[in-house]
Amino acid sequence: MSERGADRVTDPAKKPATATATAADSADAIVAIPLRHPWRNVIAVVLLLGLAVFLLDAAQRPDYGWADVGKYIFDRRISQAAWVTLWLTIYAMVGAIVIGLLLAIMRLSPNPVLKSIAWLYIWIFRGTPVYVQLVFWGIVSLIYPVFTFGIPFTTPWATIPNGIFTNLFITAVIGLGLNEAAYMSEIVRAGLLSVDEGQAEASTALAMSWGQTMRYVVVPQAMKIIIPPTGNEVISMLKTTSLVAAIPLSVDLYGVSRGISAVTFTPVPLLIVASLWYLLFTSVLMVGQHFIEKRFSRGTGRLKAEKGAGTPGTTSTPTPAPTSGPAAPGGPGVARTPGAPLGNDFGGKG
Amino acid sequence: MTGVPMVLAEKVSKNFGSNRVLRGISLQVDPGEVLCMVGPSGSGKSTFLRCINHLERVDGGRLSVNGQLVGYRQKGDKLYELKLKEAAFQRQDIGMVFQRFNLFPHLTAVENITLAPMRVKKQSRTAATARAMELLERVGLEDKGDAYPTRLSGGQQQRVAIARALAMDPKLMLFDEPTSALDPELVGEVLDVMKGLAKSGMTMIVVTHEMGFAREVADTLVFMDEGVVVEAGPPRQVLSDPQHDRTKAFLSKVL
Ligand SMILES: Nc1ncnc2c1ncn2[C@@H]1O[C@H](COP(=O)(O)OP(=O)(O)O)[C@@H](O)[C@H]1O
Ligand SMILES: [Mg+2]
Repeated sequence: MSERGADRVTDPAKKPATATATAADSADAIVAIPLRHPWRNVIAVVLLLGLAVFLLDAAQRPDYGWADVGKYIFDRRISQAAWVTLWLTIYAMVGAIVIGLLLAIMRLSPNPVLKSIAWLYIWIFRGTPVYVQLVFWGIVSLIYPVFTFGIPFTTPWATIPNGIFTNLFITAVIGLGLNEAAYMSEIVRAGLLSVDEGQAEASTALAMSWGQTMRYVVVPQAMKIIIPPTGNEVISMLKTTSLVAAIPLSVDLYGVSRGISAVTFTPVPLLIVASLWYLLFTSVLMVGQHFIEKRFSRGTGRLKAEKGAGTPGTTSTPTPAPTSGPAAPGGPGVARTPGAPLGNDFGGKG
Repeated sequence: MTGVPMVLAEKVSKNFGSNRVLRGISLQVDPGEVLCMVGPSGSGKSTFLRCINHLERVDGGRLSVNGQLVGYRQKGDKLYELKLKEAAFQRQDIGMVFQRFNLFPHLTAVENITLAPMRVKKQSRTAATARAMELLERVGLEDKGDAYPTRLSGGQQQRVAIARALAMDPKLMLFDEPTSALDPELVGEVLDVMKGLAKSGMTMIVVTHEMGFAREVADTLVFMDEGVVVEAGPPRQVLSDPQHDRTKAFLSKVL
């Protein structure tokens, strides 16, 4: 932070051309000795040396088993398990988003019964550890070996064997999804609340029902607020899938790595292998999230400009000016270009 | 004319907790009439408009639109609260225009206008769009159909908002300070649209501080203060010869 401030003052010394050009009209450009930060450099050097020593040491230590890392990193079992982890994440997140949206809408609905149900759900699923919940879902098939339908304490009309919770993958998706839904509902709720009240009012005044108002007016606008933190949740979910060991499901990335190392007695290289795969996925997700966030923060920038349109003076200003302005001097090419086509893809939806 | 008043308010009252916002409003608006409402901020003008289309519940008195009680159904001498669906159905006949436009920013001008006719009245997209273009032409924005609200000036946004309300073919239009959020040079274009609407025979209740508009267009001017109608009458009379001290004090500030 302070470095930036210092840079601004010292800029004229480094780039006299641009600095004098702007300052020339009013006063002489400031020519100053840049502020030095000796300790910063010392600490950086010490840390780098420490890291180098650690890496050199690690490269020689047999426990790390680098040869095994190379051997297992593209092992079929590992890559298939990575695939399982990816699908666990996708299914659980899709379920969580749908249920989270329902919960958020229920909590904001005028119906006190729906409100209470949503509140209770969030209270339970957010108030207990996800690991404990997964253990619970794992033993549901023991508690309820069959589903029976009918009037209690009479002969049941139908009895269906509990097939859902004997499938451990589905159990994992349910366990992860139901837990995540509680968090997603809070994100969605914040998004819904961020939409100006006047929007719902205008929609209601047009004789649209509460449901129509939500669906066609409020939810589409809330998306701008909802999407960026949802990216965080996806990354978080990817890592949380490693907890399905609690069910116990062991075909996911961490489970399979553990399984292999239990046979080969080389836990460390397989932990490294699993970590590298998790890092790969989270890195890809983070890059995607970066562009989506950029895209949607542009959206909120437009929203602010739109609000300004109501106040005198700002109405005629074309809105893209503030967003495109800083981009021009900032990152020519490298930073912007990858974002541009992606932005257009999303923009197409309108 | 059926002889039924478009709006009939009899001692309408509304409280927010202990805050008595409307304290017995009685007034009548006949079909085709334009009523302008002025009064200091906080006097309950917006609340009264919101009661008319049941965005707020009336607590006391009687309020009916086109002969129908707003928000309630009467059976014998008992009142039953309307279901949400029934309340929404009543609103179909009432258009409302807001101070801050409240256009839907994620929809184009045409989409703003066609949303309710398509979703509420189940019109086809083709029919609704054709009608939207007709209405945009009427408010002088036929070339702005594909524009998003952020691309429009405040005056243009408000005209789209008027077109959006008209698309439901209302019998009554409510305007809540429609020009208060506009740059001075944009006020005229919105008032012109409203004048045209009045001339075409639309029944309107307009909360405004544009005294020139009130003088020219209104059949009745109502001065409201602290939740009561202090004075009502033909605009020329109220403006040039106010009877009450409170009216005089207010007019001396805004004229
Ligand atoms: N939803 C509400 N909840 C509580 N008080 C409200 C609400 N809406 C309006 N009021 C109060 O009612 C009074 C009248 O407000 P309003 O009808 O907006 O006045 P006006 O439009 O004449 O300026 C104000 O004191 C305001 O604070
Ligand atoms: Mg008001």
